[in-house]
Amino acid sequence: MKRFPAYYTFRHIAGHYGLRLFAFLVLIFLMLPILVIMPLSFNAEPFFTFTDGMLALDPDAYSTRWYQEFADDPNWRLAIWNSFAIGIASALIATTLGTLAAVGLSSPWMPYKRLITALLLSPMIVPLIIIAAGMFFFYTRFNLVGTYPGLIIAHAALGVPFVIITVTATLSGFDRSLFIAGLSLGARPVKVFWDVVIPLIRPGVISGGLFAFVTSFDEVVLVLFLAGPEQRTIPRQMFSGLREQINPTILAVATLLVVLSAALLFTLEALRRRSVRMGGSG
Amino acid sequence: MTSLDTGLSRADAQNAAREVRKRKVQAFLFVVPLLVFVVLAFVAPIATMLYRSVHNPTVANLVPETLAALSDWSGETLPDDAVLTQFAVDLKRMANDRTSGQIADEINRALPGMSSVVKATARSLRRVDDADLATNGAALLLAANDRWAEPDTWRALKAAGRVYTADYYLTSVDLEHTAGGGIVQRDTQIYKKLYVKTLRMALIITLLTILLGYPLAFYMAHASDGLANFLMVFVLLPFWTSLLVRTTAWIALLQTNGVVNSTLMATGITDAPIEMLYTEFSTIIAMTHILLPFMVLPLYAVMRGIDSSFMRAAISMGSRPLGAWYKIYLPMSLPGLSAGALLVFIISVGYYITPALVGGTDGQMISNIIAFHMRESNNWELAAALGSLLLLLILLLYWLFDRFVGTDNIKLG
Repeated sequence: MKRFPAYYTFRHIAGHYGLRLFAFLVLIFLMLPILVIMPLSFNAEPFFTFTDGMLALDPDAYSTRWYQEFADDPNWRLAIWNSFAIGIASALIATTLGTLAAVGLSSPWMPYKRLITALLLSPMIVPLIIIAAGMFFFYTRFNLVGTYPGLIIAHAALGVPFVIITVTATLSGFDRSLFIAGLSLGARPVKVFWDVVIPLIRPGVISGGLFAFVTSFDEVVLVLFLAGPEQRTIPRQMFSGLREQINPTILAVATLLVVLSAALLFTLEALRRRSVRMGGSG
Repeated sequence: MTSLDTGLSRADAQNAAREVRKRKVQAFLFVVPLLVFVVLAFVAPIATMLYRSVHNPTVANLVPETLAALSDWSGETLPDDAVLTQFAVDLKRMANDRTSGQIADEINRALPGMSSVVKATARSLRRVDDADLATNGAALLLAANDRWAEPDTWRALKAAGRVYTADYYLTSVDLEHTAGGGIVQRDTQIYKKLYVKTLRMALIITLLTILLGYPLAFYMAHASDGLANFLMVFVLLPFWTSLLVRTTAWIALLQTNGVVNSTLMATGITDAPIEMLYTEFSTIIAMTHILLPFMVLPLYAVMRGIDSSFMRAAISMGSRPLGAWYKIYLPMSLPGLSAGALLVFIISVGYYITPALVGGTDGQMISNIIAFHMRESNNWELAAALGSLLLLLILLLYWLFDRFVGTDNIKLG
């Protein structure tokens, strides 16, 4: 039993437990939808709902047929490949260019810092539907609509702000005199950058890259507008599945994605702790 | 007052200035590759969209000669036979090129009901031979449909032929030109209502996230480190879970035979399932769920830094807890609250996917109508104008955000 201060009346204590109850209800609201889809994905019937057999915990009412269907469907296999290929390629572009830029932006000498930072972060603020429409108009002229490069460039632009934010946060704890020390010992700036700066900011760079990857992996509006049938990604496939023929294959995919995001979450958390240990603001 | 003797000669000062310039250039060079990339991949597309909202060369490219002939026309009476003949020739050519559908759509936007007239006339002119058309074009056109004899029709063609126009902006706030050149309200008010509805839904979602998020963040911020970190997982896991997954989950929960209805019926609260999916209600509840972490995270970050002994001090001196919260805690947590609120509001104003999947016809927001004009009605210029207005709205909100909260408060995870 928790001890309360002597001046607490019954109402204070009731308020305390009331608050705790409310907080737990909100957490249940946050988690329940995600937890519900997991058992539903093992449904033996083609429904989005719990059957009587499932509620009675009858083993026959459960099956892995939707996972089998997911694994056998060539459309889903293509979608998985596309999601990873486009995600990795766009994250690499965003991380490379973003890390370089973050180094420049955290220099005290950087001119027009506010303006340029605002510009580079703007893909995060502008609604996706506007970006999608604009990119559709612009990329059509260069025949980039319905191609892999078009989609990769588009997703890289979306990932840039996340890289900038994470890497500049890591750099805020970076001791610039290390850079100057490297230069004073006669190394060229590029060499100092690779041998001194990069190893120190690596956690920030990796988590920025993961953010960029997730942004691309989860993105569907730009894919709707810019991708052809060849570039269908997992979210795109889910989107059309939800609009056209709802079946529990989508729930199986959703469950796998939840597992994947849990893995990503723990990776990022580990990286953040490492970055904080190394003096950054995380 | 004498100047400070720094011991620097003029040459030293120049050296120092050169060094500063060099470092500025060095810092800038690091940023250049990304700057070029973002300008080409992101800024140029947005600029193209803004340009597109006032620029539509479709008709001008399809019938340049007819428009040139129409340029001297007064607009009061039927144009000369020469103009009509030229248009008949153009229309036959377009019927053969399969572009007559395009001009039909464009004229139809300026004057509703013209689409079928243009298409039918184009079909009938296809069979006429060129020589006959060049001499009798005007008569043939007038014979094909009475509406070609009305000056209104030609005014519509002339209006559709303007390359630069603000008409799409008029349409996107439900206004239109009259024949006399004035501007009046349209008969059907669509877009203003939709903007208001979008803002209203965004406001409701923001208030709901505050209602749910504030107590949760408060509880977590003043729990022990271990408990707070543990509970944080339950906020971050939904945050990191794919948007599509969360929307799928809400479809499974809210559909007619879904989990919520089954539970309600099993417990006897209702006898018949309640239609919850594909309504404004389902859009609001799903978006509240999706955006709640955006409220909790900045609130938690700010509240973590507030010393809870202030509250305890007030309560120990006899203040009621709510009074102490209102006078002491709320002002201190305000930066987190406004950051979270504006973040949620800005994101929900431009939301597309969730309303598209769970909104039905009732829960559609402004983004959905933009997508509709992009993908289904192919009125790209109107989509661009609606998008530009939405962008203006977002920038305005963002400016407020930056002014009152500061963008430095945005943190990830």
